[in-house]
Amino acid sequence: MSTTRSPLTTGRRRRPGDKVFSGTATASAVLILVVLAGVGLFLLAEAFPALTAPAEDIEGGEGLVLYLWPLLFGTLLTAVIAMVVAVPIAVGIALFISHYAPRRLSQGLGYAVDLLAAVPSIVYGFWGLQVFSVSLVPMYVWLEDNLGFLPFFAGPASATGRTILTASLVLAVMILPIISALSREVFLQTPRLHEEAAMALGATRWEMIKYAVIPYGRSGVISASMLGLGRALGETMAVALVLSVSGGVSFNLINSGNPATLAAEIALQFPEATGLRLSTLIAAGLLLFLVTFVVNFGARALVTRQKGGSL
Amino acid sequence: MSRQIDVSDLDIYYGSFLAVEKVTMEIRPRSITALIGPSGCGKSTFLRSLNRMHEVIPGARVEGKVVLDGQDLYGSGVDPVAVRRSVGMVFQNPNPFPTMSIYDNVLAGMRLNNKRMKKSEADDVVEQALRGANLWKEVNDRLGRPGAGLSGGQQQRLCIARAIAVQPQVLLMDEPCSALDPISTLAIEDLMGKLKEEYTIVIVTHNMQQASRVSDRTGFFNIEGTGKPGKLVEMDATDTIFSNPSVKATEDYVSGRFG
Amino acid sequence: MAQSTQQGSPAGEPPEPGTSPEKPDFGTLTKFQPASLADSMHDSLPRWAPLAATGLGALVAAALLAVTDLHVALAVIAGTVVAIAAFTIASRAVEGERAATDRFVTSLVTVAFVLAMLPLVSVVWTTVSRGLARFDYAFFTQSQAGIIGEGGGAYHAIMGTLIVTGIATIISVPIGTMTAIYLVEYGGDNKLSRVVTFLVDVMTGIPSIVAGLFSLALFTLLFGPGLRIGIMGSIALSVLMIPIVVRAVEEMLRIVPARLRESSYALGVPKWRTIVKVVLPTAASGIASGVVIAVARVMGETAPLLVTVGLATSTNLNPFEGRMATLPVFAYYQIAFPGIPPQAFIDRAWTSALLLILFVMTLNVGARVLAKALAPKTR
Repeated sequence: MSTTRSPLTTGRRRRPGDKVFSGTATASAVLILVVLAGVGLFLLAEAFPALTAPAEDIEGGEGLVLYLWPLLFGTLLTAVIAMVVAVPIAVGIALFISHYAPRRLSQGLGYAVDLLAAVPSIVYGFWGLQVFSVSLVPMYVWLEDNLGFLPFFAGPASATGRTILTASLVLAVMILPIISALSREVFLQTPRLHEEAAMALGATRWEMIKYAVIPYGRSGVISASMLGLGRALGETMAVALVLSVSGGVSFNLINSGNPATLAAEIALQFPEATGLRLSTLIAAGLLLFLVTFVVNFGARALVTRQKGGSL
Repeated sequence: MSRQIDVSDLDIYYGSFLAVEKVTMEIRPRSITALIGPSGCGKSTFLRSLNRMHEVIPGARVEGKVVLDGQDLYGSGVDPVAVRRSVGMVFQNPNPFPTMSIYDNVLAGMRLNNKRMKKSEADDVVEQALRGANLWKEVNDRLGRPGAGLSGGQQQRLCIARAIAVQPQVLLMDEPCSALDPISTLAIEDLMGKLKEEYTIVIVTHNMQQASRVSDRTGFFNIEGTGKPGKLVEMDATDTIFSNPSVKATEDYVSGRFG
Repeated sequence: MAQSTQQGSPAGEPPEPGTSPEKPDFGTLTKFQPASLADSMHDSLPRWAPLAATGLGALVAAALLAVTDLHVALAVIAGTVVAIAAFTIASRAVEGERAATDRFVTSLVTVAFVLAMLPLVSVVWTTVSRGLARFDYAFFTQSQAGIIGEGGGAYHAIMGTLIVTGIATIISVPIGTMTAIYLVEYGGDNKLSRVVTFLVDVMTGIPSIVAGLFSLALFTLLFGPGLRIGIMGSIALSVLMIPIVVRAVEEMLRIVPARLRESSYALGVPKWRTIVKVVLPTAASGIASGVVIAVARVMGETAPLLVTVGLATSTNLNPFEGRMATLPVFAYYQIAFPGIPPQAFIDRAWTSALLLILFVMTLNVGARVLAKALAPKTR
């Protein structure tokens, strides 16, 4: 992408206005660099005590790694479950609005989903805590009774419904609108030409979607999903409110012993934390930063590869 | 075996707006019928009504009959999907499916109807369709490559191969050469001359020389003014239309006085 | 004058029938053709068929509920499965396999839509219905100073949110805009641009709590631990806002066509003035709406404020001294640590949530309106 070079800036003499302006612009860009480096460095600095402290001083008494591991597990587990639930449904909604709903309805529905994507995550936390978790208890009982032989549903089912599964489902509901809104935009941009090509061959609506819409939208849906994944990994308050934390690593989704997530742990422990405890929490933040960084990076690489070459 | 299409008193509406008024024409089998006329006169709209493609625009409907092979395409209970299987279409801008190989592109439509084709049968159809579109010699060694990697003229011939692979009886072509260079255009015109031995072809073109080169019969559409419906003004053997038309408007158009 | 290359057959041998470039084997190309158009036609299900299927499902669900003690959700699931199965099977019988597949997918997509809308509608409905309890004058004008149980309001939190978010906007918009200008107008493809673009991408993915920890760490390093002031929250929110602003402005600037800039240079206008007087006004509508959307995004963020600003019970309008209440953090503490009577706290929490939703929605709608209002006029 080439910038338009003004003839007046390529000469040796430059107007002072240009110098000031371009200097400010460059300075802003450099500031971004500094800020990012700052995030990493400052976090490292503050986490340092925890990184170097002896194992028995760390919360839990077994060292930093064993303290962080259940949190990392919780973060990944909730995010994965949320994605598995949210992505297919979000794509379904997006397809419904872009290709199935009657024209008059689809614009309104699109607006509605866009607005839902803007709802602050803490509201989902409130809803999860006070409404959703309670309503899921019968389902947990049913799962324990009928599928209890699976390690996921071994139970005993939580009486409050505040389990890892609930937290994951709340995350799923939370990231649904954003994945759906972005996917829908991509589906709407499918070139008319290819849709008509499919239809002229005698394709039904679903066949047309298979031939024209999905191939075109694939990389867009992946980007949208990665955005949702990032949100799910970093979500703090919804999880902090919904989860009742008491356990370690476990695949039991419906009982009341749950590991926290990295983000929720920080939020829950923060108010009382000082000194080494605080450093430990900041170390957790650093780990979370790394995880989201890796996911972000991987997602970009995936999308670039899908598109076949450089973006 | 290709068939005749009989259109009787066809009105095409978009919502309450009448776009094309009372068209009656007979499209003969194993021939090329060209539809000419100035921009906006409804010839493309009419063409798209022959395979019910105009219905993709919400609110589009017709009154009147289009009879192919004894069947009114607009009869009650007729599924547009079935119509499009028998009446194929090639568009102005070549549109091979970008994520599919040449081989898969040709078979795209066929696979919808014949899920259990043997590989040898499929290979046969691909080869004959590409031969029919005069593209076999150029691509037979790279059938696995993406369809979108071909030149414009080749892509259009790929779309033609894809259309005839579906085994239609009628082939509609909406300004198929207007996005192509002159050499590709001539190649496709040549192709049309050979395809008409087997298919009924209807082509819309704004290029009068092309119409006079390739078609057997020509229909002239005109429009009185913006907001008015388009009408079929005259239809006759191509030679007659271009040398000795009956209606003054036709003569004005073919001699270039307007359009 | 065909374009195809002629392959001359060896002298003396006639070309193989049906395989020359000029004439394909039409036998193969008509092998699968239906004998007549009528052959490929099929009947259609009547137009009321989807409705009938839904009715059937409802009937099955109701019957299950009446006869067994199955949970409502399970009965509804059973009813839905029956409805979809019946619909698809009927379609297959009457309309054929392809139409049946199409109908099946349509059913699935519709069910997905309804399924997803249920919790989302529930979230909004719950917030509105529970939030109205304290949607009163006192809530908007009183703080929690001196309040132990019932009463009081969120005035301090509302003001805090406005101040913290406002300062964050004042920090983020200039930096974000100038960075975008650098990337689009000056940087081109140079190293700094590529690095900054990459880093902005990374920044969009920073979890909000990490942004909060960054601000905390920064201020701890500079001023020592234990500091909790409003501006720390603003800095944390800026880290979240800047990448959004950069992306939005960048996109808008790239849409402005090059010829617009070129005509300005041709008139002898210096580059910086071109940007300020020509490019930015053209992109203004997108920039403005992008900024408003960025504000809406960060307004509801709780975690970064939790770890930087803390919470106060009385009104503090000074961002440079002392803790400040903000709406999301206020709401969090009210619902997570209710006192006596708990319902009063929970009510205040829901009303705060409702307020947040209203703010955010208004900003989003406002962004659209702004975009339309500032767009270059064509009439």
